[in-house]
Amino acid sequence: MTAEPASPTVPFGDHVARAHARGSLVVQPRMGMSRPDRMRAGLRATRGAAASTVGTITVDSYTRTGDTAAARRAVARGLALNGYPITVHQPAVTRQVLRGIADDGFPVQVRHGSARPEEIVAALLAAGLDATEGGPVSYCLPYSRVPLNVAVAAWERGCALLAEAQRTGARPHLETFGGCMMGQLCPPGLLIALSVLEALFFRQHGLRSVSLSYAQQANARQDEESVIALSRLAAALLPDVQWHIVVYAHMGMYPLTPGGARLLLREAARLAVRTGAARLIVKTTAEAHRIPTVAENVTALETAASAAGAASRASSARASAPPPVGSRPVEALPAGSPTAGSPAAEAPDTGIHAEASALIDAVLDLDPDIGRALVTAFARGYLDVPFCLHPDNAGRTRSGLDADGRLYWSAAGAMPLPARPERGSPPILGSDGLMAALSYVQRTFDRRARTESARHPRDPRITQTTDRGEHQT
Amino acid sequence: MELGKAERVGLDVVVSTMASDAHTWNLVFLQLLLEELGHRVTNLGACVPDTELVAECRRLAPDLIVLSSVNGHGFIDAQRVIPGLRACPELLRTRVVIGGKLGITGTDDGSVARTLRAAGFDEVFEEHASADELRSFVRALSAAVPV
Ligand code: B12
Repeated sequence: MTAEPASPTVPFGDHVARAHARGSLVVQPRMGMSRPDRMRAGLRATRGAAASTVGTITVDSYTRTGDTAAARRAVARGLALNGYPITVHQPAVTRQVLRGIADDGFPVQVRHGSARPEEIVAALLAAGLDATEGGPVSYCLPYSRVPLNVAVAAWERGCALLAEAQRTGARPHLETFGGCMMGQLCPPGLLIALSVLEALFFRQHGLRSVSLSYAQQANARQDEESVIALSRLAAALLPDVQWHIVVYAHMGMYPLTPGGARLLLREAARLAVRTGAARLIVKTTAEAHRIPTVAENVTALETAASAAGAASRASSARASAPPPVGSRPVEALPAGSPTAGSPAAEAPDTGIHAEASALIDAVLDLDPDIGRALVTAFARGYLDVPFCLHPDNAGRTRSGLDADGRLYWSAAGAMPLPARPERGSPPILGSDGLMAALSYVQRTFDRRARTESARHPRDPRITQTTDRGEHQT
Repeated sequence: MELGKAERVGLDVVVSTMASDAHTWNLVFLQLLLEELGHRVTNLGACVPDTELVAECRRLAPDLIVLSSVNGHGFIDAQRVIPGLRACPELLRTRVVIGGKLGITGTDDGSVARTLRAAGFDEVFEEHASADELRSFVRALSAAVPV
């Protein structure tokens, strides 16, 4: 193993920066299967998609929660898992999965959702990979019952493992999951603050290439304002590391119809282009129902790429192309990132940047050690994720959705938010109220798809009922 | 939560998922729904280890245990968990139901429900079971449970 280079692939951050400089949005699936041969076929298909792609190995839930024994039992019994058990398969097996695929030009990232990432990080490094995702808060609160201080310590060790690989020439990349949290119903100011704070945590623990996430919520204008705020904050607070912005296609209840799912994905691609984000993680037409097939994932990648292409052509027709916001050509500038230019989107300022800044400042003021600052911030309720059941989350905040899908705080708890007119807006009430809020995006896009298919009955992009393909696992 | 006048004194219900599953919106939704029917809910939250699930259920001695899983491992996890619950004398007769997205393929010919019933679940709510089916089940149960 030691004979092989630590990182056989082009560094993840460099790869994305180059694509961004060329003006193409990198699209990436959520994909993971338990069987190595299927995983390999999925990566190969991702690489072959008609889009600028990077590969994903999504880790299964047993491995995520540290129950390697359960993952091993399931593999031994031939049961299909919801992801790739990277600590069960030997590094040599994973290298075989990657051989000839994850070489120059096609980086692969491991996505895992583990509050205690050390074993997974060790396994991915042993397999020659060095790009992954997570964060001490975002992989703890929505993903586990592990105490926050335990997750912080574990993530410090996880970061140290990655940072150490830098010494042998690797360029490890770490993406924050803080811009997603519970997937939905978390107002953007808090998502942005957590994404930035996790990126600062990664940097404090030695990472030199990071990305900051934001998950598409329920209102396109609010999302545009949010991604731009995130870019501005990243530019201001991460002057000395390589960074880019990654948008996630909606992470809450997804449209039930294939048409609705595609419309939502296309909107996510437009969001990414309009805000100058460099990478998009897609969702498929199977999202609301089951784990997608490889073919469904390829279709989603191509749908997103074509929507992104159309959006960037439209924006360069409107004005000269927007300067890249998210990342910059590494050749010119080996470390550090650009200041935010003026992206195509011009969402009005409703105070999201101010809200995120206030939260970030309040946390950074608590302790120079960002991990400790995060633990204290949650203990005091300065950071408080609505509807999160984790014992270390204060649980005094509540959010709501207005008629246009904009998220607001209905109760801010102890969070030091700047005064906002939305405060005191009605809370989400009861199981029906909760379901209505959770399913807002689903219903909106399913309805939009019905309306559009009535208007353009022959348009296959809308009416096609199913994406063909064998099930992946 | 205010109790409806005609409603009996509510049931004690434990709402939980299993060790591998981190999803909690399902749990929050089920808790609200059951509370609206007048029942007292203890929600055990995400990724509940087998031992903790059994210990909490023994401690709380609920009238009903509602398990929910959507990550696709539910079918495997449920078969591991139910013998542990049934092995406790105080939980031998406790009603235990499960629902959600129990496999990763989204479809199933009914064998999941048959297998889980045989393993000791009182009721298995299929993927597309509506909240109404749970409501009727719980209404029937609260009429039957002596107070
Ligand atoms: C939000 C979400 C997340 C959030 C969860 C945040 C949180 N803490 O809750 C995040 C981003 C963290 C997440 C993570 C993962 N997720 Co997820 N997630 C979703 C998503 C988008 C919405 C789920 C949701 O919140 N629904 C709202 C609730 C209220 O509805 P519900 O859960 O469907 O429950 C309803 C019914 O099922 C039913 N029900 C549920 N339980 C019970 C019980 C009883 C007794 C009864 C009667 C009824 C019932 O009633 C509810 C109301 O109708 C779904 C896809 C979708 N639906 O669009 C995927 C989905 C559930 N996730 C999935 C997976 C696999 C994962 C991951 C493993 C990552 C991955 N490989 O993609 C990890 C989980 C890690 C782990 N350890 O488990 C898969 C599951 C696949 C399957 N079963 O075939 C889905 C379907 C996406 C997909 N197509 O791949 N996820």
